[in-house]
Amino acid sequence: MRAAKFWGVSFLVAAALLVLTRGFFTNEYFFFAGYVVLQYIVLSTAWNILGGYTGYTNFGVGAFFAVGAYSSVVLHKLTSLPVPVMIVVGGLMSGILGFGMGYLTLRLKGVFFAIATLALAIVAQTFIVNWDYVGGSRGVYVIRPQQAPLYGSYIQYLYSLMLVLAWVSVAIARTIERSRLGLGFNAIRDDEAAAEAGGVPTLRLKLISTTLSGALMGMAGAPLPYYVTYLDPASSFNLSYAVNSVAMPLIGGMTSWIGPVIGAVLLGTIQQLATVTISSALNLLIVGVLLVAFVIIAPNGIVGLVQARRRARLR
Amino acid sequence: MISLDLAVNAVVAGLLLGGFYAAVTVGVTISFGMLDIVNIAHPAFIMLGSFVAYVVNSNFGIDPILIGVVMAPVFFLVGMAVYQIYYYAFEQRGEESIQGLAFFFGLLFVGEVALILVFGVDYRFVEAPYIGLSLHLGVVDLPLRMLIPCLVSLLMLAVLQLFLGRTFIGRAILAVSQDRLALQLMAANPSTIKRIAFGISIATASVAGALLIIIQPVEPSIGRDYIGRIFAICVLGGMTSFPGMLAGAMLIGVVESITATFYGPSWAPAVAFGFLLLTLAVRPAGILGR
Repeated sequence: MRAAKFWGVSFLVAAALLVLTRGFFTNEYFFFAGYVVLQYIVLSTAWNILGGYTGYTNFGVGAFFAVGAYSSVVLHKLTSLPVPVMIVVGGLMSGILGFGMGYLTLRLKGVFFAIATLALAIVAQTFIVNWDYVGGSRGVYVIRPQQAPLYGSYIQYLYSLMLVLAWVSVAIARTIERSRLGLGFNAIRDDEAAAEAGGVPTLRLKLISTTLSGALMGMAGAPLPYYVTYLDPASSFNLSYAVNSVAMPLIGGMTSWIGPVIGAVLLGTIQQLATVTISSALNLLIVGVLLVAFVIIAPNGIVGLVQARRRARLR
Repeated sequence: MISLDLAVNAVVAGLLLGGFYAAVTVGVTISFGMLDIVNIAHPAFIMLGSFVAYVVNSNFGIDPILIGVVMAPVFFLVGMAVYQIYYYAFEQRGEESIQGLAFFFGLLFVGEVALILVFGVDYRFVEAPYIGLSLHLGVVDLPLRMLIPCLVSLLMLAVLQLFLGRTFIGRAILAVSQDRLALQLMAANPSTIKRIAFGISIATASVAGALLIIIQPVEPSIGRDYIGRIFAICVLGGMTSFPGMLAGAMLIGVVESITATFYGPSWAPAVAFGFLLLTLAVRPAGILGR
């Protein structure tokens, strides 16, 4: 019953957003900004599947994101596939990368895993920098099609795609959370040895977790070349993607699917506002300071604060 | 064609570079290897050290290494303060894992962005009489710009090794990494010892930062390149021992230098990080591990 309610309500919210924003906002800028916030919902939800549920910290978000973006660049140069197909392919490529990373780092616990993901991001970046076909370190221009496939401008089209993607990833996260899979993930997070002893197939679950998380990040990255129209390694592998994807679930709350969404909407909006009104360097400082402040003051995020208050009231 | 001269020079340059890498890594060997504090913000402190050296050097013309040494006590105090926050927020509550990691990750990012806001993204450099000179031994070139940082780094390593082995506090630091309880039985407070040790680890960043800006021009975001390198060396060296760490640093230095010489500098970072991934996957205990 609750699952049906979630599906119904979330579908209505997504559909309403899609229709209403197109009706209300005539300014293109809203869609540019909205796209970024939605993209961060996907990224932070994806990060949380591995980080929050399974307990493995991934600092290499930029690698998965950029692999998705660069797979679109390759497809753009070779074929004329529609963007939704590119999203699926990008997800596939990053999923493979996630699987590989999971396989390579199976024996690593906690901290070492985090460091390995950082290293992975640099290795992947070096390969892209030295790969001339996709522009190397000079970057590559991607020309958008003149006509958007649906009604409205091209940026509205990308915005709609990202909205659907955000809905899909949140739905996936919530489904996992309430399933045996999620139970297994949580068992790994709480005590891997005990989970193994209790019959949880930790190896397989970890691989599912890294693959799924990586695939969603790649999907978030796939439309990026069309959004920015110019892609270079320094910006697509930017550490700020990792910082944001870590900060948003931590600030929102890592135990529930709603946490990353709250974090992404809150931080994403603040950053967009700060970029316009103050400066673009300062908005990164805001994220960093908020991240540090939250892990010190409220280690369980906004969701944790709300839960604590609710528990106190019941008592 | 691989010429012998070129190969010898690449190896020598790699050894000098490795010596410098040891100075960059020694702080993390203390904090991560001995204290179990995953200070991924260490490169940010090194950047801070570089920029302090830059500011003082460009205004007063004082030697950068001297600045690094003089500023070390200040960095020591900063390190003690950071540890104090870390202790109250994470160690005492027992939430050291993801939140603690995110704390240092945030710190790294805040440090970098703050430096960008103050200094911009231009490359900065220092001036000293020995930059630009080099010694020639047969076919081997020894640029002083590389040689002096390497020697200072080795000296710092030797001093720290003596300190850890010969003094009470030094031995207590080694002890805290092995057995907290036994240390308490010796009437030493583990958190005080850890605070001092973390202070020392940050103090080394002051010197390492000064050495870095002698070797190459510095801009705030190059600290990132050092995260993987530092941890690669630390893990390669088996985490806790200085000689192991030095061996790891030399290895990475030589491999990077050879790669840069024969395949081009743009491939060099991948080699170091590839090494790290391989080490972690195949031999997590390090090359000299137990």
